[in-house]
Amino acid sequence: MIEIETLSFRYPGSGFGIALPALRIERGARVAIIGPSGAGKTTLLKLIAGILAPDAGTIRVDGVAVSALDDGARRNFRISRIGFVFQELELLDYLSVFDNIVHPYRINRVLKLDQGVRDKARELAEQTGLGDKLAALPRELSQGERQRAAVCRALLTEPGLVLADEATGNLDPANKLRTIELLIRAAGRRQATLLAVTHDHELLPLFDRVIDIRQPRAQ
Amino acid sequence: MRHDFYLAWRYLRHHRTRTLILVLCLSLIAALPLGLHRVLDAGEYWMTRRAEATPLLVGARGSSVDLTLGALYFSEAGMPAIRMQEADRIAATGWADPLPIYARYRVQGQPLIGVTLDYFDFRRLAPAQGGLPAILGDCVLGADAAERLGLGPGDTLASSSGNAFDLAGTYPLKLHVTGVLAKAHSPDDHAVFVDLQTAWVIDGLGHGHSETQIPAAQADSPFGAAAVRRADAGLLSYTEITPENLGSFHFHGDPATYPISAVIALPHDARAATLLRGRYLDDKSETEIVRPLDVTHGLLQNIFRVGALFDGILLLVGAIAFLLVALVFALSLRLRQREIETIYLLGCARLAVMRLLFAEILLIALFAGAVCAAVLAAAAPYASDLARHFILS
Repeated sequence: MIEIETLSFRYPGSGFGIALPALRIERGARVAIIGPSGAGKTTLLKLIAGILAPDAGTIRVDGVAVSALDDGARRNFRISRIGFVFQELELLDYLSVFDNIVHPYRINRVLKLDQGVRDKARELAEQTGLGDKLAALPRELSQGERQRAAVCRALLTEPGLVLADEATGNLDPANKLRTIELLIRAAGRRQATLLAVTHDHELLPLFDRVIDIRQPRAQ
Repeated sequence: MRHDFYLAWRYLRHHRTRTLILVLCLSLIAALPLGLHRVLDAGEYWMTRRAEATPLLVGARGSSVDLTLGALYFSEAGMPAIRMQEADRIAATGWADPLPIYARYRVQGQPLIGVTLDYFDFRRLAPAQGGLPAILGDCVLGADAAERLGLGPGDTLASSSGNAFDLAGTYPLKLHVTGVLAKAHSPDDHAVFVDLQTAWVIDGLGHGHSETQIPAAQADSPFGAAAVRRADAGLLSYTEITPENLGSFHFHGDPATYPISAVIALPHDARAATLLRGRYLDDKSETEIVRPLDVTHGLLQNIFRVGALFDGILLLVGAIAFLLVALVFALSLRLRQREIETIYLLGCARLAVMRLLFAEILLIALFAGAVCAAVLAAAAPYASDLARHFILS
């Protein structure tokens, strides 16, 4: 469950920011966040993930006050509880698909890369149609395949919360649908909450709830 | 750290051209000064060992460096000749045993050294194949000389003509290779040794007589048929000493006046050495006596001064190269900003990002170290030769 109270944040030296009086998202919900560019959709996701710290207000994820944690604790919380599918979260060009999927396990000491994780990575790749591409480099993949690999990477830690920011932005309509369905299915399988920022209104019917950042109330 | 090194390895492998250039640059920066020191050390060892084994050296008054380099290391710089009587004079004192050396000629690029058989005992040179020179015209090759010339016992080689444009001069002497010396890791390895008398034959001081072809009688000759010799058919392109003509070889003049390059004096004790040195204190004497070790130390000091200058230059070049490498890394970091941001967003601490970069730098340094070590190891067998080449040429 995500609970936000009187949240406000402003980028230092910039007039750009976000303010939310209150927001509550139930665990396991599939939520789309929409709004015009510059409304603060990505900022909201980064605040929830603990990448940014709010100027005021509180953010609770599954009862943990993320906004009150120090940097290290926020990072550990993010690693173990949150999965990211950000448009800017590219695959690393020098790693194979498999190495990209297990990458969080190599760079975080709180995660342990064992045989079980490796098997799970292969299983996820199989489920997303990347089973035969595990040894390939990102440049050898199509745009849709790259995005699916990024989804696998986000889901490998079995997070309770999946944050997707424009995860389908660069994809063709068929791949958009396939990727969103994949995210929804994978999140649903693990009872994870899915928060997805999107501009594609045709995808909105797939979500339980849509939040317009200009009017932060459920539509 | 295992994962850091794995990721660093994958990154370096993916950008292999950049990595290779960096590794080569760094290894070269490290290998150059280290290699230079190896060569200098090898040169110092090689020269000092030889000089230590040679107590005193007598030669023509002049440059003691040229005398030492010529007589001990067979440098290409020629030494003014002295007379054989100098060796007799040393022997007559009873203070030292003389070992005359005649190093005037080169044969196919290798120094041709005229010595007595005592020289081989003194330098502890023993044949690895064949035997030592036994008669006039025989030669024994140093190990490297044999390898370079591709010759062994039973082969022949012609000495260079010292006066090719002098029709009245001597012909090259065809030398018979009787043996190849075991490798001594000294200048002797590069030399072709002949007996002192053979060197004098090459010098034209000794010769033999051989019958040339006698043509059919010419009745109309004013000198009579038997007196005619046909010079054209009998002209030789080289001289060869054979069992048939060996007996006809002889020397003209007083052997005491024959030329040699230097005399190694082996004093019987320290007192004898001092007394012998005293004999050569006269500045007007045509000969001088030197302690090769003193000369070599002086020479090495000069070489090390130049080496220190090189070190300074290489240090400066190394510092500049290091700054350039640092610049490459800094620029690379700017190019990798998105990647670093991705890693950070995936949960990597800023410190861990630095750890990843450190692993990359460490791997590059390790590879460069390995390449540097390999280059130095590959060059090590040639260090002595390089030192010899740089110091003597």
